[in-house]
Amino acid sequence: MDNSNVDKSRRRFLTAAATVVGGAGTVAGAVPFIATMAPSEKTKAIGAPVEVDISKLQPGELTIEKWQGRPVWILRRTQEMLDDISAQADIVSDPVSEASAQPDYAKNEYRARENEYLVVIGACTHLGCSPKFIEKGIDESPSADKGGFFCPCHGSRFDLAGRVFKGVPAPTNLVVPPYKFISSSRLLIGDDSEAV
Amino acid sequence: MKGYKRLHNTFFILLIMVSASVSAAGGAKLMHMEVDLSDQTSLQRGAKTFVNYCLSCHSAAYMRYNRMGKDLGISEDILKTNFMFGTDKVGDTMKIAMSSSDADQFFGVAPPDLSVIARSRGADWLYSYFKTFYVDESRPFGVNNLAFKDVGMPNVLWELQGKQRLIEKEHDGGAHHAPTYEDLELISEGSQGAEEFDQTVRDLVNFMVYLGEPIKLQREKIGFWVLLYLIVLMVVTYLLKKEYWRDVH
Amino acid sequence: MADIEQKVVKGLTGLRDWVDNRFPLTKSWNEHLAKYYAPKNFNFWYFFGSLALLVLVIQILTGIWLTMNFNPSAEGAFASVEYIMRDVSWGWFIRYMHSTGASAFFVVIFLHMFRTLLYGSYKKPRELLWLSGMAIYLVIMGEAFFGYLLPWGQMSYWGAQVIISLFGALPVIGPDLAEWIRGDFVVSGVTLNRFFSLHVIAFPLLILGLVGFHILALHEVGSNNPDGVEIKKNKNAEGIPLDGIPFHPYYTVKDIFGVAVFLFFFFAVVFFAPEMGGYFLEHANFTPADPFTTPTHIAPVWYFTPFYAILRAIPDKLGGVIAMGLAVNIFLLLPWLDRSPVKSIRYRGMNYRIALTAFVISFFVLGWLGMQGVTPLYTWMARFFSVIYFSFFLLMPFYTAMDNDKAVPDRVTD
Repeated sequence: MDNSNVDKSRRRFLTAAATVVGGAGTVAGAVPFIATMAPSEKTKAIGAPVEVDISKLQPGELTIEKWQGRPVWILRRTQEMLDDISAQADIVSDPVSEASAQPDYAKNEYRARENEYLVVIGACTHLGCSPKFIEKGIDESPSADKGGFFCPCHGSRFDLAGRVFKGVPAPTNLVVPPYKFISSSRLLIGDDSEAV
Repeated sequence: MKGYKRLHNTFFILLIMVSASVSAAGGAKLMHMEVDLSDQTSLQRGAKTFVNYCLSCHSAAYMRYNRMGKDLGISEDILKTNFMFGTDKVGDTMKIAMSSSDADQFFGVAPPDLSVIARSRGADWLYSYFKTFYVDESRPFGVNNLAFKDVGMPNVLWELQGKQRLIEKEHDGGAHHAPTYEDLELISEGSQGAEEFDQTVRDLVNFMVYLGEPIKLQREKIGFWVLLYLIVLMVVTYLLKKEYWRDVH
Repeated sequence: MADIEQKVVKGLTGLRDWVDNRFPLTKSWNEHLAKYYAPKNFNFWYFFGSLALLVLVIQILTGIWLTMNFNPSAEGAFASVEYIMRDVSWGWFIRYMHSTGASAFFVVIFLHMFRTLLYGSYKKPRELLWLSGMAIYLVIMGEAFFGYLLPWGQMSYWGAQVIISLFGALPVIGPDLAEWIRGDFVVSGVTLNRFFSLHVIAFPLLILGLVGFHILALHEVGSNNPDGVEIKKNKNAEGIPLDGIPFHPYYTVKDIFGVAVFLFFFFAVVFFAPEMGGYFLEHANFTPADPFTTPTHIAPVWYFTPFYAILRAIPDKLGGVIAMGLAVNIFLLLPWLDRSPVKSIRYRGMNYRIALTAFVISFFVLGWLGMQGVTPLYTWMARFFSVIYFSFFLLMPFYTAMDNDKAVPDRVTD
């Protein structure tokens, strides 16, 4: 053992070089382990866009479809419902959906491609519970007397356009998924490419 | 008595094992073919043959159509019109409509899933298998096979290949002569000539090897860079070791 | 600038002292690395201990990730392996690392054990080190066996069927024992489920505990070396062995280089030959398990074949099982069978050199025979080499006592 004439700078350089090369390898080696936990091809295939037949949906009726394992609500709104939505602009916290998540074509007062049909993901924007549909007149509270959605977990309320009322825990309006009309009676949820 | 029977059974398993490994030594010699997974047009042709001739009875339940399309350079539209018959969802796997109990009844045994058949049988075996069907009236489907004796499957490619017959050889001195490919003779023409049919089979086997392990080509590409990196790491760590060990030597 | 640097250093030192007052951090670092003195003359054979540890880490990490997608049921196991190979991104990479790692484990451990035979590292005072190492080896054999059932291919199934049937050979309790291991009348989903549990929880815990024991035992007695000289006999005034060097940095940098070389070969297999021609992943295992049809040629994975050849060499079922068990376990007796006063082969006489050479040859030949079908010639060969295999151990007290050993130097030679 004799370390009296050690070239310290060379030693430091080689240590740094080995650390950098070895570190880069370790990081690269960690990538597969992280990437592998993302949804698999099978999961993606199961979460592929779903086609929904809406020809039998009555005005005022709600139907629930599954897309990517999540509930998607399709509500066929009556003119009265639409009028009620317009009347509530003051008591919802984001009336024109400035801060909420939706495709551009749903960034409007009724949050829809066609005013008649509301398509939203039925998961509360607070912590992900699934709210319940309340029909008009069942609930007497001012924020839901015109019908809407009520989340049982932490009491968030949304109107019939999925807009969140003021003073509840949920921060933003319900999320609108990408969708398009294939025909007047068929809806495709999860895909809005090449839609007119 | 029960205990003895079980003992007997386990011994029987050992016996099967031993005798099985003896018989494995026999079997017809296989013909060899070169697999080329980088030949995309061959893979596409093979895929076509596969979905047309195999996929009606056999499934490939671990293979997704869109994966195949992506790997083989087939667009989704062409995939849907030319390759997919049972489904219109490109994310689906290559399943078949026939239920396994129906298949049991029809074939006596359910046709195996073909996803990884190339990995268990090997390319040469598949190549030999597809080429050595011959007429044998004693079999339920009227054919037998040199690579797979008493096979329970009809020759689905006969329209392309034509029919073959096994030429009986004189047994000299009782020495058993295992028939080979050369002992087969075409007795009726198929829609493809010998050379064309050979290419069809090669494409099909090529595809089935791809099917067995779709990642293979990419795996080797990644491997090249990993090994290159490790050479750099070896050099750097060797120099580091050398530097420190000057203290010792 | 210098001021900030000073403050950072002071802060870190403070943190270290804070921990040291509550946990033996610096103490452990010194005891096991910075002030653990290892002989300075380690050669090629001394890489395999640290490499075994590396492979263990690889197996545990890839195993954790495989478990995320594996389905331990008779209906779903085979499909979930193909799911991992195809649908899970990078799943193939993790799976091939795990399957290659299993074989790599045995390569590394066999070489690690061979080093022990070369330099007499099992001899006094390292008997417990040897026994704990053997315990790890035995547990890893079990671990590998359990793991091999999980892909639920034909080889998985029939391999398990045969190996479990070996227990059925034991007198009186045999048949009930075999049934108890399977939890069913044949190998089934029940067996698969419990093997999964043992493979991912029970045995890994056992291995980790034993590895800890092994390293503690090593650091207590200190490493042997190619000269078989106890470096602790010659110390300087500060009590540091004259032929010793601190493990860190000298052997850490050396082992890191060893790791780089090992990984090169390891990943060459993972990326270019994951099946290794059917030795690491057997062809028949790409056919789903079928309890009604035994594949035409079945042989155990390569690392079990020497013992399998011994099993088949004995024409009696119980006798074969006993011989096989003995072949695996007889290593445990080495410290007491060896009568030579000399550790390293460098100073041993011809007797041991010849015996070791014959043993290694018999191990390889038996390994090869274990993969072949049975013919009368092969059976006689297996018997012949089984005799040599056992003679190495059973005759050891005689040939080592009579050996023409040379004088051992006082200090290490290089």
